[in-house]
Amino acid sequence: MRGIVSAAGYVPYNRLQRARITEVVGSGGGRGARSVASYDEDTTTMGFEAGRLALASAPQDVTVESLWFATAEPAYAEKTNASAMAAALRLDSSTAALDMCGAPRCGPGALRAALEGAGTTLVVSAGVRTGLPSGPDESGGGDGAAAVLVGDGDVVAEYLGGASVTEEFLDRWRAPGEAASHQWEERFGEARYVPVGEQAWTNALKAAGVSAADVGRVVVTGVHPRAVKSLVRRLGVDPSAVAPDLSDTVGNTGAAHAALCLTAVLEDAGAGQVVAVVNLADGADVVVLRTTDRIGAWSPARSVEAQVAAGDDSLAYAKFLSWRGMLDVQPPNRPEPARYSAPAAARNEDWKFGFVGSRDRASGALHLPPQRVSWKGGAVDDMDPAPMAATPATIVTFTVDRLAYSPSPPVVFAVCDFDGGGRLPLELTDVDPATVAIGDRVELTFRRLTTSADGVHNYFWKARPLPGGGEDS
Amino acid sequence: MGSHGIRDRVAIVGMGCTRFGELWDLGVDDLLVDAAQATFASTGATPDDVDAYWFSTAQSGMSGITLAAPLKLEGKPVTRVENYCCSGSEALRNAAYAVASGAYDVAMAIGVEKVKDAGYAGLNAFPIPNDGTGRTLTAAAMFSLVAPAYARKYGVDEDELKDVLARIASKNHFNGARNPLAQFRKEMDKDKICAMPAVAGRLGVFDCAGVADGAAAAIVCRAEDAHRYNDKPLYVKGLSFVAGNGSPQQDPDYDYTTFPEVVASAADAYAQAGVTDPRSQIAMAEVHDCFTPTELVLMEDLGFCDRGTAWKEVVAGTFALDGDLPVNPDGGLKSFGHPVGASGLRMLFECWLQMRGEAPPERRIGTAGRGLAMTQNLGGYPGEMVSFVSVLGTDVG
Repeated sequence: MRGIVSAAGYVPYNRLQRARITEVVGSGGGRGARSVASYDEDTTTMGFEAGRLALASAPQDVTVESLWFATAEPAYAEKTNASAMAAALRLDSSTAALDMCGAPRCGPGALRAALEGAGTTLVVSAGVRTGLPSGPDESGGGDGAAAVLVGDGDVVAEYLGGASVTEEFLDRWRAPGEAASHQWEERFGEARYVPVGEQAWTNALKAAGVSAADVGRVVVTGVHPRAVKSLVRRLGVDPSAVAPDLSDTVGNTGAAHAALCLTAVLEDAGAGQVVAVVNLADGADVVVLRTTDRIGAWSPARSVEAQVAAGDDSLAYAKFLSWRGMLDVQPPNRPEPARYSAPAAARNEDWKFGFVGSRDRASGALHLPPQRVSWKGGAVDDMDPAPMAATPATIVTFTVDRLAYSPSPPVVFAVCDFDGGGRLPLELTDVDPATVAIGDRVELTFRRLTTSADGVHNYFWKARPLPGGGEDS
Repeated sequence: MGSHGIRDRVAIVGMGCTRFGELWDLGVDDLLVDAAQATFASTGATPDDVDAYWFSTAQSGMSGITLAAPLKLEGKPVTRVENYCCSGSEALRNAAYAVASGAYDVAMAIGVEKVKDAGYAGLNAFPIPNDGTGRTLTAAAMFSLVAPAYARKYGVDEDELKDVLARIASKNHFNGARNPLAQFRKEMDKDKICAMPAVAGRLGVFDCAGVADGAAAAIVCRAEDAHRYNDKPLYVKGLSFVAGNGSPQQDPDYDYTTFPEVVASAADAYAQAGVTDPRSQIAMAEVHDCFTPTELVLMEDLGFCDRGTAWKEVVAGTFALDGDLPVNPDGGLKSFGHPVGASGLRMLFECWLQMRGEAPPERRIGTAGRGLAMTQNLGGYPGEMVSFVSVLGTDVG
């Protein structure tokens, strides 16, 4: 039986209330809020977070054979982004880590390809959606990621069948390097998309051997909101079966959105339910699944619903614009960080990307980064690797640095003691400097610290408040 | 094995120091020439007498040529020394040991830093190629961790501690106002210091050392030769240096209220010098007040008072110019300014003036009769620092 073994979404902590846009620009905006990747997040870091959560709720013995990363907003061109993700996930080097980047269609397309294919594939998709100030892409877009682990055997949702339809027409486009996308007159796209969607839907139901009335939950997403709304009415499903599109709380996360909404559906689904996903983007892709008995025992590490509820919607619009590079603000008068050394980073891959230290066998002392000589007892070359990325910690003391260089000052920095022993001073993120307190519980998160003048992204780990402030949810 | 020191075997017979500050019109070469000239003016030794040089700078130049070229030295060995903010002290320590070894008769330690050509606020380290995982915090942020830790450990209200720290800065400004070479020559009321904008944690702008250009130098020779060059030499009693291994940063038992490297270097230097009760034996101390909490903790790490009591001693005025144990009578890093490669030698320069009765009357200490002075110089951060301690005396024995 082939299907979905596990899935997870990642919704970043920050939210922009759409009313904030209207306050500043005088137009645009709308109701609700959209999710916003922080200044230190990108599609790679968010994709990693989703991937980590999906693997955390998958059976322990699962071996990921392929990692596919789909996004329309890759951090790098020319260099594969999935390789940093694979390193941070500590996947075996035999894993095929591939980017499937370009248009938003690559997300749902990669998911269907994995379901149609063979082997165990972690399909990660992510979006950092933006547009010109006050435009519909800016307010309607959202940032986030999803990871779907596809394989055979212990699946929570069996793949019944699917279909794709491709049609060439000019609706949305963006030249590489452009900050925002363009769209043709909306009504033209709607006229083309709806029949394409209907065709794919019919073909997919046929392939899956089910009727529209059998579909218990359907996720309909796409790059053309008006066409999506029209298509929903033509699917022949009960209106109550249509899954929420997260538009009021997250926004459209582009390549990730179909999988993000699907994840939210699976997290709430019972056994034996037919779940369909329809995505409109340069054609249409449909997959049809049926949840299995295993879904009852499947325990998502951190649900999409919980992440949506945990957001902070106090983000100022000006800060959002500065994070997006739409508003240049005065940086601290300190040198900008240089790019990292490729050989140094390659030597220290387990540390930099995997947060693997070493623990002295004799004294138990933790060394971050890993060391050859123990600071406790002086033993030489007698340590075990100590992967610490999943270990929570407690803030011992902290400070707010208003002078250090940061893409978004000030820097909040805390001395953190790990559960089970060990300490490291770490930069905090996703925090309000005014509410940080000694004793706060934190967890590690993979972030983009800086980008050098020549475009090198420096990824490393920070700490952020543990959701719920105590026990992991 | 052991750290035996070179008590009474080497003497300082000349010292000079330039003005510190934002010296836009003076380059590294000018500062080195000025410091060397001032030093030769203070001694009977001539440039021909100096056999070897130890030249300290953190990042204002590389190799001995940075010194040999402006001074037009001919055929002389020049060792370039770098050890964070202790670089100047390290130049002196190595020059003194070279003389004590018998390798040279006379040596000069000279340090410089041209900070204000960088175009940035504060001090900024050279980027050494790395894997991008190191901290990028400022020193102010690292040292700002000390104040709340101290307040918690000893039950001091954080607002009260802020007031205590401002008193330290105010004291150093008072002293610096009486020092014509200092960067900041204005007295500063503690309330004004408290009202300054925050830099890191609760530290404000005036909790931080001045960032300055400057240079300083010393000439050393064997103790028995001292009077050939100077009637009032200063004898080296003890020199200690400790490079921390960074482990306190990862040690859950480290609590940020002490600097273990300082404690170790002080113990070593005191042992070499025969100091058993620094509070009563030491006439004055120049210490590394890079940030106000640093000076607070140093008072305890150097054994000037018991743990948890330094804040009370500060309030009591113990370390003021007219106090029981004057600390930073020249204004310290706070008000004299901190040209990294020169600061360690600048500290010695104040000992040189005070202990030999050459400090101007308006900042002269009343305790010089005790005969021993000391400097404490550090670089790095709490839990990961280098520390230097020297003890100097006016008499042999």
